Amino acid sequence: MSKRALEVHWGVHHRGFVDDLNKQLGKSDILYGSTMDELVKATYNNGNPLPEFNNAAEVWNHDLFWESMQPGGGGMPKLGLLEQIEKDFGSFTNFREKFMETALSLFGSGWVWVVLKRREKRLAVVKSSNSINPIVWDDIPILNLDMWEHAYYLDYKNDKAKYVSTFMNHLVSWNAAMVRMACAEAFVNFGEPKIPIA
Amino acid sequence: MALRSLATRKTLTLGLNSTRLTQSRALQTFSLPDLPYDYGALEPAISGEIMQLHHQKHHQTYITNYNKALEQLHEAIQKGDFSTVAKLQSAIKFNGGGHINHSIFWQNIAPIREEGGEPPKGSLGWAIDTNFGSLESLIQKINAEGAALQGSGWVWLGLDKELKKLVIETTANQDPLVTKGAHLVPLLGIDVWEHAYYLQYKNVRPDYLKNIWKVINWKYANGVYEKESA
Repeated sequence: MSKRALEVHWGVHHRGFVDDLNKQLGKSDILYGSTMDELVKATYNNGNPLPEFNNAAEVWNHDLFWESMQPGGGGMPKLGLLEQIEKDFGSFTNFREKFMETALSLFGSGWVWVVLKRREKRLAVVKSSNSINPIVWDDIPILNLDMWEHAYYLDYKNDKAKYVSTFMNHLVSWNAAMVRMACAEAFVNFGEPKIPIA
Repeated sequence: MALRSLATRKTLTLGLNSTRLTQSRALQTFSLPDLPYDYGALEPAISGEIMQLHHQKHHQTYITNYNKALEQLHEAIQKGDFSTVAKLQSAIKFNGGGHINHSIFWQNIAPIREEGGEPPKGSLGWAIDTNFGSLESLIQKINAEGAALQGSGWVWLGLDKELKKLVIETTANQDPLVTKGAHLVPLLGIDVWEHAYYLQYKNVRPDYLKNIWKVINWKYANGVYEKESA
């Protein structure tokens, strides 16, 4: 991901969402003191989003996006996260394919996510349109990838496949994902742990 | 370059309930229409780089995928595989819509030396004044709707054939204008997907919308209007 792309994406797009959100929130005190999570869920309004939703969600989404990447990223997750991926997708290769397929089958603007599904108690790759965020479906996001054209157009023009595979190969931060997974597991009951007996 | 006419879509016969062995008519495939102007001819309103990518990559991809989806639909109908028929609907709407919308778009814009940007004369000019007060007022409204559209989509000036009036509508993704009303005919469509302006305008969609009017081909829109309101 080029410096120029980051300058525009973070410095103009993301900054714009933050500024616009602050302007909107400045108008009334109703949402004062909410966390970002609460803000996104409240403004989603059960599917009938309020005007603040788009800005709030895009701030949330981009915050996670920068966290989902690191210099020298890529490779594979380790330990518990890798085990969970192998359990839920069969293999890491299958997971990668599913991620690619989901990203490329998104029509229009949106995001691809790796989430921990609360009810099904498993990891899944999901896509969402525009600024929708899986926390409104009560799932726990582990990673995301911005599939809006502005995220890749400067570097890749319309070659989405190259963008997604570069993300997987060189940018994705499995360290960040493992930390988020560890936190997420606190909220999902996977059953009794198998503690080995000495 | 002559504009190759859009291949007319022949309907696929649904052989689902026929007991005779009536084969569906041969499947029509679509191809990329040539632009009636050079890629750089719309500068500085729209850069040559954008025009080339937009036409050769984006539009071509919609056509390729539309042809693929139609072929798969054809097979599924012949096999009586309804579940596949149902699954293909969104790909057909998306890619077919992309093809139709962009084919209209290339005719909605024209180089300045070919009267791009010249205000509408004739019955459309009059209808705009009647429906919106003035051309400036129309442009302002279209730009406001276009800028406010979240995500990807199109902003349209359409003719409602039933109510006999002009309307401004937006559609999401590649939904064609008819998805907003069966009696709506597109006169002008402006692509507000990011790929239509990003390389030149970055995220300042309002600047793109302000500048595109310098190359809007009102002659075409007027032609469609006169034909459809006859």
